[in-house]
Amino acid sequence: MSELTLVLIRFAYLAILWIFVLSAISVIRSDMFGARVAREGGRPERRAAKTAAKTRTKPAKPRRGTPTAVAIVEGGNKGEVISLDKAPLLIGRGNDAAIRLDDDYVSTRHARIGSSGDQWYVEDLGSTNGTYVGSSRISQPTAISLGTQIRIGKSILELRK
Amino acid sequence: MSSPRASVRTGPSSAAGRDPRPGPLMEFVHRRRRGAELFLLVLSLLVGLGAYAAVGLGVDGTVPADIIGYGTWLAVLVVAAHVTIRLRAEYADPIILPIVSALNGLGLAMIYRIHLASPDKSPGARTQLMWMTIGVALFIAVLVGLRDHRRLQAFTYTAGFSAILLLLLPLVPGIGREVYGARIWIHLGSMSFQPGEVAKVLLVIAFGGYLVLHRDALALAGRRVLFVDLPRGRDLGPILAMWLLSLAILVFQNDLGSSLLFFGIFLVMLYVATERPGWLVVGGGLFLLGAYASYLFVGHVTDRVDVWLDPFHQARGYQIVQGLYGMGWGGLTGRGLGQGSPQLTPFGFSDFIAASIGEELGLTGLMAVVVLYGILVERGLRISLICRDNFGKLVAAGLAVVFALQVFVVIGGVTKLIPLTGLTTPFLSYGGSSLVANWAIVALLLRISDHARRPPPELLADPEEMDATQVVRLR
Repeated sequence: MSELTLVLIRFAYLAILWIFVLSAISVIRSDMFGARVAREGGRPERRAAKTAAKTRTKPAKPRRGTPTAVAIVEGGNKGEVISLDKAPLLIGRGNDAAIRLDDDYVSTRHARIGSSGDQWYVEDLGSTNGTYVGSSRISQPTAISLGTQIRIGKSILELRK
Repeated sequence: MSSPRASVRTGPSSAAGRDPRPGPLMEFVHRRRRGAELFLLVLSLLVGLGAYAAVGLGVDGTVPADIIGYGTWLAVLVVAAHVTIRLRAEYADPIILPIVSALNGLGLAMIYRIHLASPDKSPGARTQLMWMTIGVALFIAVLVGLRDHRRLQAFTYTAGFSAILLLLLPLVPGIGREVYGARIWIHLGSMSFQPGEVAKVLLVIAFGGYLVLHRDALALAGRRVLFVDLPRGRDLGPILAMWLLSLAILVFQNDLGSSLLFFGIFLVMLYVATERPGWLVVGGGLFLLGAYASYLFVGHVTDRVDVWLDPFHQARGYQIVQGLYGMGWGGLTGRGLGQGSPQLTPFGFSDFIAASIGEELGLTGLMAVVVLYGILVERGLRISLICRDNFGKLVAAGLAVVFALQVFVVIGGVTKLIPLTGLTTPFLSYGGSSLVANWAIVALLLRISDHARRPPPELLADPEEMDATQVVRLR
């Protein structure tokens, strides 16, 4: 084995080692940003949304009696009204929550409000202190309508027109 | 996103109203990434086998004769693990297994290299490969047998109790044996095993199961003493007893490294569960106090600290000085595999394998290894972050911290950053018990991450079906 070959082998091996490290990091990177939208037919929907935006069709007017916003009627954030346009809305103490509640009894990702067809639902996301609709703690997505009081920590939320 | 929903609101009777399926409310899911895992696995095999071949070329001038058989064996193990993940945990984290396989492959090559240099004093790679096979078999068994990590929560106290039993085993006359001052081995016939390695996994499960039930009581009930909310005795008692007992056993057995590890796991899990940084302050203070007291009164510890402060004037500093010279001789890019003399360092194949890597692959190689450990720990903590159930969160964080502490204590000790204590470098160093236990830890982590990354099942049925069927609660 000549000295040169050994040096080459040495550097080749270090290169392999670092190529492995860097590819692992690049997989982490793509894992971080590469999550896709799960909604079935998500892509066609998005495309539809794009064409809709292009043709500038007015979004259909909300039917009377359909909720369009969530209002916080009790608690530290009392008085805030959040539009339901961007549903599903995440409720919690964390930064990524659409409805942020400054309340120690609220988990980081506490609950979620979303719709299915015409019906709105609230779903608990495994919070510590639970989500209450009326007076009962919910364990599965629960249908809510205008004025139903949703209690999360010290706050009470309800759907508004 | 808003326009199709707006069309729904025009009325359920219209045709547009049927358009959007209920779908999951969650819009963010992780991809499976099994292809990426396979790609990384191939690279990791290249790392392991490349090192093996380079060792042969460096020492004998030829590629080792058995590289085909050795390579096939290694590849079969890795592929078996990969296929198991594809079948049983398809959403599991794609980076953990390749990293573990690369570290294990590099460790095997390093053990083989030191065996070539001093065949009488060090074990061969074949024994370690056998242990790796057992480890991978256990990995597969855990993934196949344990479909849901939350079932482990039922074994909280069983796990804690068996951990203590396992720790006590080496003290039993007849099977227990003292090796290099620490009585942590059991021998059954020709087999020897370190039960402490298994105990650490069981303790993490026990701590996790206990803390998940009592975290609220621990965090909220109790008195405030000197900036720290002290929990009530009845909440902290059982876990404190479990932990003090295991620490006492380890101290009695002279196993410094493991006691440090258990102390750290306990503190970090308590901190993660209660979100009270005060625990780290109190625990850190207690640790410093305990460390200083044992420095003054325990001869074993005094020796270690003296060697750490001034290894060059102590007879017992030989090992660490050899390791330091080795790493110094290795320099930035190392001597090349098979070109250094890592066999001069006692235990260059187990406790001091980091020094051997530093000598032959240099700072560049050792840094790659450290970064790999960093990624491994990061993935573990990430699993803990995204996990939806609290038990999984705690166990994943605990297991990640097991790796982090072990790597810090060993590499810190070898590089003379902290006093040297005996712990194995995960996946790299020679030692069956540690390797097998670590493969089981990886299987647990992957099981939890499979749960955490799997998109939630569709919760809502079709609205019309929901109208048609009514759930009648009988109880």
